Amino acid sequence: MLDLRAGRPADLVLRRATLLDPVAGIDGVHDLVIRGGRIAELAAPGEADAADAEELDAEGLHAFPAFFDPHVHLRTPGQEHKEDVETGTRAAAAGGFCGIIAMANTSPPIDTAADISALCEQARTQASIPVGFTATVTVGMKGEELTEMVELRDAGAIGFTDDGLPIASARIMRRALQYQRLCGGQIALHEQDPELSAGGVMHEGPVSAALGLGGWPSVAESTMIARDCALAAYEEARIHVQHLSAAESVEIVRAAKAAGVQISAEASPHHLCLTDEEVRSLDPGRFKMNPPLRREADRQALIAGLRDGTIECIATDHAPHHTDEKEVPFEQAAFGVTGLETAFAALHTELVMPGVIDLALLVERLAGGAAPFDVPRPTLAPGSEANVALCDLAAAWTVGEDGYESRSSNSWCEGRTLTGRVLVTVAAGQVAFRLRSFSLGVAA
Amino acid sequence: MKNLLSIEEVDRGAIEAILDRAESFAEVGRRDIKKVPTLRGRTVVTLFYESSTRTSSSFELAAKRLSADLVSVKAAGSSVDKGESLKDTVATLSAYDPAAIVIRHPYAGAAQMVAAWTPAAVVNAGDGKHEHPSQALLDVYTLRRRLGSLEGRKIWIVGDVLHSRVARSNLIAFRRMGAEVTLCGPPTLIPRGIEELGCRVTHSLDGLEEADVVYALRMQLERMNDKLVPSLREYAANFQIDTRRLGPRQLLMHPGPVNRGVEISGEAIDSPQSLIGEQVAAGLVVRMAILYELLAGGPERPSAIGEGAAQSSAPVIGQPA
Repeated sequence: MLDLRAGRPADLVLRRATLLDPVAGIDGVHDLVIRGGRIAELAAPGEADAADAEELDAEGLHAFPAFFDPHVHLRTPGQEHKEDVETGTRAAAAGGFCGIIAMANTSPPIDTAADISALCEQARTQASIPVGFTATVTVGMKGEELTEMVELRDAGAIGFTDDGLPIASARIMRRALQYQRLCGGQIALHEQDPELSAGGVMHEGPVSAALGLGGWPSVAESTMIARDCALAAYEEARIHVQHLSAAESVEIVRAAKAAGVQISAEASPHHLCLTDEEVRSLDPGRFKMNPPLRREADRQALIAGLRDGTIECIATDHAPHHTDEKEVPFEQAAFGVTGLETAFAALHTELVMPGVIDLALLVERLAGGAAPFDVPRPTLAPGSEANVALCDLAAAWTVGEDGYESRSSNSWCEGRTLTGRVLVTVAAGQVAFRLRSFSLGVAA
Repeated sequence: MKNLLSIEEVDRGAIEAILDRAESFAEVGRRDIKKVPTLRGRTVVTLFYESSTRTSSSFELAAKRLSADLVSVKAAGSSVDKGESLKDTVATLSAYDPAAIVIRHPYAGAAQMVAAWTPAAVVNAGDGKHEHPSQALLDVYTLRRRLGSLEGRKIWIVGDVLHSRVARSNLIAFRRMGAEVTLCGPPTLIPRGIEELGCRVTHSLDGLEEADVVYALRMQLERMNDKLVPSLREYAANFQIDTRRLGPRQLLMHPGPVNRGVEISGEAIDSPQSLIGEQVAAGLVVRMAILYELLAGGPERPSAIGEGAAQSSAPVIGQPA
């Protein structure tokens, strides 16, 4: 279901890399040997045979299973001035991702089999890492009638989502869940009651009150999640809840999981690192997104959800926008920030280094987005397809200083100094990214 | 002070300095020739994206009284109608090398963005529902003249707080000057969490008698897409400031324009406690003081007004028509 540009399978030896794959129980210094695009062997440090392979001195560097992002806006068709398959996958590879799921709220939305086929074809010529394309749940994202979900699946849609907009009608939502029994595929949900959030541009609370900005209250998210958990339970359907932002939402997902509902959930790096206090700057480029940044208690609830598995994956909700749509007053600006190139570094800097979460948990959650979309979890286990992110946890860098791989620059990390950098990404057995400044010293 | 973008960033000392300056302009205003040459040869641009009577006219007159050249741009009828972005409009006007740009805009943060795009001093004349710092300054000025000091005074701000930039700026300014502020209005018109700005919130006029000052807000019918109160009749029945509710020693204020008979009764507007007319008069001198402070001011040039006054009988060259 995922497509990418075919390239040469990697033959690569990462000498003396510190490997960490908590799910496979791999933790220690090894020579990581990739042959023909597969993990061939985890050899004792310095012992691997590197004949006919490229050798990288990875002493002091970390190798993780590469990351998987279930929530990316590639903006094609229609808004290629913001992003396209080539730039978006390049940005993802630079962030250590070996797979992404593209959202369907393009212009026009992806709602026909022909759209899906064309995008899969495009990925086979342009994508540097595997991409799965979603189709919309409703025709034109209007929330009124279902798309031809079976045909879309046959054409290659990995799942369905009206992301960017909620499915406001409970009747249509229920119908989609019923139809899932026929077409299969994940249904990913942007949960926002359009009535309760009308006019909202930031979290409703003391900061919106102080700034005179329209509030988008937490309950506009949590009540929709509660509705859809109930519907999913009733229809025995499977749903994926996107970008959780509020403490109430985490609590509802936790309870639904405990009750046996087939539900998975994601949280974004910006919701895990920032609060609505940032909006006091009135800078829409970095701090206007949907759902909005919320209070510290919400951020803490998301972290707790990440820890206990209520939230199984981190998703960037990479939402590129052109400068023209961000160089306007806050209320007029487009919602969304980019995140692919900074996800690991930001979370490493903001959560792992201060000791809020373990590195192992971060690594696990950054690859946790594959399973909800029926994609095999990236792993370092010998025999598997090579999907590896080689990172320098000590490298400090200032975001934006050297530009972006993405076509857009609306990064919430713009100007921040982060510690931890992806040096090399191997995706689907191919070297998808090397940091330009990373000198590839051949090990002795 | 380079810009006046919000009252939040103006400390008590700076507020008092502007009010003191305004007092001296009030003295100038009592002369036959009300003009001083302080800003002669300099240009002030007013850029209004929203309708305004008081704020635009008083800033324009303030600039003229200070002998600045004035360019007034209203969004309606300008290139804004042709789709020009705020950034491009500001770049265009900045080409005239103005000393100051006074901007009113329907969205929060607009003045702050403009300040990043122009070397001119920027004055926020109202940005969305966010702030209206010159209004707060003129209101503090008006009260200071009446009460001497705001220290320990109880001020009730009544009405549509949700849509009101005046309520936000005044709450901050009144508190900074030592007053205790109560916000009063129907729950649907009080933004959730605003008490964290350091005020009390109540949904009833019970207890209004404790107030030294009652500050009524305009029901912003043009901003209400949604029916946030069942009817104006019901609003008036519960929250209108009338002569029955307003005690004889309480002062009444309103930023204007008033919906007569909605938030305030006609009798209350015309009552001797009403400071509404004084607020308008204060608007001129306070806005002169703001322009002076940003463009000519600072403690290092304290005698400039005096000099100006001395020269004010001389013909002023290049004054705007």
